Amino acid sequence: MGIGREQVEHVAKLARLALTEEELTLFEGQLSAILEHANTVTNLDTEGVEPTSHSMPLMNVMRPDVIIPSIGAEAALANAPAAGDGHFRVPRILEEEG
Amino acid sequence: MQLWERTAADVASLIASKEVSAAEVTESCISRTNEVEGDVLSYLTLTPEAARAKAAEVDSAVAAGDPLGPLAGVPMALKDIICTQGTRTTAASKILDNYIPPYSATVAERLYAAGGTMLGKTNLDEFAMGSSTENSAYQITKNPWDLERVPGGSSGGSASAVAAGQAPFSIGTDTGGSIRQPAALCGVVGLKPTYGLVPRYGLIAFASSLDQAGPITRDVRDAAIVLQVIAGQDPRDSTSLPSPVPDYVGALAKGIDGLRIGVVKEISGEGVDPAVQARFREAVQLLEKLGAKIGEVSLSTFGFGIDIYYLIAPAEASSNLARFDGVRYGLRVDGPDVATMNSLTRAAGFGPEVKRRIMLGTYSLSSGYYDAYYLKAQKARTLIARDFARAYEEFDLLVSPTAPTTAFKLGEKTQDPLTMYLSDICTVPSSLAGAAAISVPAGLSSDDGLPVGIQFMARPMDETTMLSAAYAFEQELGPLPKPPLWSTS
Repeated sequence: MGIGREQVEHVAKLARLALTEEELTLFEGQLSAILEHANTVTNLDTEGVEPTSHSMPLMNVMRPDVIIPSIGAEAALANAPAAGDGHFRVPRILEEEG
Repeated sequence: MQLWERTAADVASLIASKEVSAAEVTESCISRTNEVEGDVLSYLTLTPEAARAKAAEVDSAVAAGDPLGPLAGVPMALKDIICTQGTRTTAASKILDNYIPPYSATVAERLYAAGGTMLGKTNLDEFAMGSSTENSAYQITKNPWDLERVPGGSSGGSASAVAAGQAPFSIGTDTGGSIRQPAALCGVVGLKPTYGLVPRYGLIAFASSLDQAGPITRDVRDAAIVLQVIAGQDPRDSTSLPSPVPDYVGALAKGIDGLRIGVVKEISGEGVDPAVQARFREAVQLLEKLGAKIGEVSLSTFGFGIDIYYLIAPAEASSNLARFDGVRYGLRVDGPDVATMNSLTRAAGFGPEVKRRIMLGTYSLSSGYYDAYYLKAQKARTLIARDFARAYEEFDLLVSPTAPTTAFKLGEKTQDPLTMYLSDICTVPSSLAGAAAISVPAGLSSDDGLPVGIQFMARPMDETTMLSAAYAFEQELGPLPKPPLWSTS
């Protein structure tokens, strides 16, 4: 199954990737080729087969509800591109009330 | 023999018996690294000062008669996707160019505690996505056997470091073959543990239901020694398994006699280079000579492994890599609003293969395609696990070549992603089933003189049977030639 230009643009938007025109064209062709190859899977008979999300049968892994030390705010912020007053800084989300 | 040529087991025992100091071993590996690094480019970051400091600690412990860890004074190299507190960790991506982890991965902590001295962080395909290490945003690692060829990937730097004599052992990570395939192409041993045996805490995530860290070594004994150190549950990874860790080193001598070993038809014949097939068939004859009962087994779903893998792994990657948003760590490219800042940052920070997989994964998870692709692939994954279970009713171990070809030329497969993806045909089935597998050198191809690996696949958590068979095979085959680069000093 092919994937059209419009879909490639939509997926790039969902994935938060600001792709160039050249990249959009490249991926349109490459994703179509990869998905066409993957169609062998879509033709497999999986009627009544349960999906495997995880190879090991671990369920409901619990731990005691106790507080353990963590790295602290200073270390957590040390790699941030922008931080201040113990917080991560991001571009303004809300308009100022005028 | 110089110290850098020794195995991890030899080095540890020489240090423990005071025949050499940890400092001497470290200096030998540092000078060997400096000698060949310009040719092979295994490392993204070298940490000689940290290695020397750790070696001095080990030497003090030896002098004081303190108890020593199993890797006391053994130099090691860690793939640069394993977080190391205070040492830059990039995942070979520009988006993490300046990232200094505030904590260490469980694997790194356990190796330090066992006495390992870290020489540096090795190159990889960006976020471990690739089969040649050519997707690194920083440099092209070369195969020590032929500097015009790839070392395999994604743990290419870890494999080349061990094969070139830069470190006795290294740690790689394997999602669809990223430990085993480069080990095969570089003529060293690479072990992918059962999913959940080695905790993933502190590994930068690619595909969480598949990722496993494991050793790359020069022989099977070293693989057992390193696995012994890094295996076992850690509550910080809720998918790590609670089972007790068996004695891997003790199990090596169990041998191969009487084991039922199945040759998997779908990944040992068609699609595999004839010279690789020939070497593999000789390896199987050797197993038979050692007393194994050999049979052929047809597992039809293995032929679909690549397609299943390349639907599941990119889907998980697209979700895992959403965290690189320009807020908490790594690169930021500013924009007028948060969504634009995110999109510009990710466009500038990720390389082409990472973008391609994020796009593929986002597509197969998106509304309208989820059932047709992602869910379908998960159901097909169940069929692979059933095929494995069926085979293990008849056989104790399964074998195949580790990779369909020997090391290919730099640039040979970079233009067509599908061709590159097919490098993983032999390794993805056991990844999808969560089972253990190891690649062991099986000799050189008569066609091009490059290393060929044989892959042993075991039931989940049956590393002991796998290691004992691999060890017996290695002992019977005898020492193999070293790469030409070995004798330059």
